[in-house]
Amino acid sequence: MYNSTVAWISFRALFGRRRALLFVLPAIVLVIITLSLKGAHGTVSDWPALVLGRVGVGAVVPLTALLVGTSVLGSEIDDNSVLHLLATPVPRRDVIVSKITVSALTTMLFAAVPVLIAGIIAQGPHKLAIGCFLGAILGSIVYSCLFVLFSAALRHPVIYSLAYVALWEQLIATLVGGAKYLSIEQWSLGIAHSVSDNGNLDSHLTFTPSIVLAVIAVVLTVWYATERLSAFVVRAD
Amino acid sequence: MSAIEQTAAPVAPIETDGPLIVRFDHVTHWYGNVVAVNDISLELGAGVTGLLGPNGAGKSTILHLLSGFLSPSRGSVTIDGVSPWRHPDVFRTVGLVPERDSVYAFLTAREFVTASAKLHKLPDPKAAAERALELVEMTQAADRPIQTYSKGMRQRAKVAAALVHDPKVLLLDEPFNGMDPRQRMHMMDLLRGLGASGRTILFSSHILEEVEKLADTVQVVVAGRLAASGDYRTIRRLMTTRPHVFLLRSTDDRALAGVLIASDAVQGVEVTKAGLEVHASDHGTFTRELAKVSRAAGIGLREVVPSDESLESVFAYLVGS
Repeated sequence: MYNSTVAWISFRALFGRRRALLFVLPAIVLVIITLSLKGAHGTVSDWPALVLGRVGVGAVVPLTALLVGTSVLGSEIDDNSVLHLLATPVPRRDVIVSKITVSALTTMLFAAVPVLIAGIIAQGPHKLAIGCFLGAILGSIVYSCLFVLFSAALRHPVIYSLAYVALWEQLIATLVGGAKYLSIEQWSLGIAHSVSDNGNLDSHLTFTPSIVLAVIAVVLTVWYATERLSAFVVRAD
Repeated sequence: MSAIEQTAAPVAPIETDGPLIVRFDHVTHWYGNVVAVNDISLELGAGVTGLLGPNGAGKSTILHLLSGFLSPSRGSVTIDGVSPWRHPDVFRTVGLVPERDSVYAFLTAREFVTASAKLHKLPDPKAAAERALELVEMTQAADRPIQTYSKGMRQRAKVAAALVHDPKVLLLDEPFNGMDPRQRMHMMDLLRGLGASGRTILFSSHILEEVEKLADTVQVVVAGRLAASGDYRTIRRLMTTRPHVFLLRSTDDRALAGVLIASDAVQGVEVTKAGLEVHASDHGTFTRELAKVSRAAGIGLREVVPSDESLESVFAYLVGS
């Protein structure tokens, strides 16, 4: 299912563009906020959970995944270089799985690892840092699946990805009770909360539903993205 | 044998029971409410076929239908009996050179072609890449990033990537774009060799001379329809014997009109402010007779301009005929 040549081309494409410089910005902001609050409040306050949960898992992970996930396939579709990849007998599922793997690993590197570093800065190698890191790992994978799907299925994937993060997760999921079940942020916080047992994380789901829903989302997005890439059509000039 | 032919790398004969048959059966394709391809039926076998037509005629749509990047709205497209739509396995025997210039420009040509060989799961990707780069004469520049290449070199890198798995069917969309005359001749020689070795080669072009030099058979497409199909020489004869329109200016236009209308080679004459508009039924006879009859009538010719020599008018005539 994983094709190392597709992944190699994707990594080269991803880090060969100036856009790659943007990947590190959210992580830098997170570390700067953490250092500032540590300097101001030490470890006695509730701020570590709020920063790691809301800023780390809730903002840095989806934003980085959005930048990476929409680049890893969407850019190739935009400039039609994807034709060279698709004019080969490589199964479309392998292309999708490889693109998602590249996106997830890159998001982990630029978002999940900084969340762990921020957690260690805030409280040392505590359960909170580990929990948020694992939540961020889960978020990196599922966001990557969703944004690669948007790239395969939609003409303007960045707009739809932004709408999902800003409107669905930050607005609708906080206002409408049932919407939390369809929020990747909530699944990530559910993992973080379960592992760290920290009540200050704004989590509304427990471990099992978070994992089950995330697995269902991964399976469905990989399947549908494969379907859409199999039916890829060249756009008319 | 020409110098160019001597420099071209040899092409191995195809290892197959027979050429793959590419078939369009009453194929129509719409983009929204625009008909890009309109009820086209054709069959291609071994050899080089030129897909000729003006820009926007539907040539790229036909190639994209053949490579499975579009599905026919009506009719069927098959390569050796298999529809390419949603069947990437057809690329085991098909190579595609897209028209658009977008390639993985951050890779070198060697990396690009080797990656293509790996994607085809060839047993020795590096050797296959070297062979393909040699075929297109790109070994010297193969370690430079593609973004530093001229358009013609990019085209050759794309052709090498499409040839790396030694396909039985090769589809090329405007392959000579951006190539200098020498590169063009070499590419023509390569494609001719591939066609002669039993492969099915289909290339699109809007330039008559390219098709004339290379193709055994021609499919002329105009406004999404197949305007003419078959041997190039037959189509060329149709093109040269079609009615032509000339604009003439002379020392006495009205007198010249009277003389010309008596000629069998002239269908009609119209006196306009700019001069005479002459509809000639036979291009060759008219151009030979014009000077003769005007001299005999004591009329001096000041200007003779063919007014419908554009490719579009040639294609429009073929559609009409």
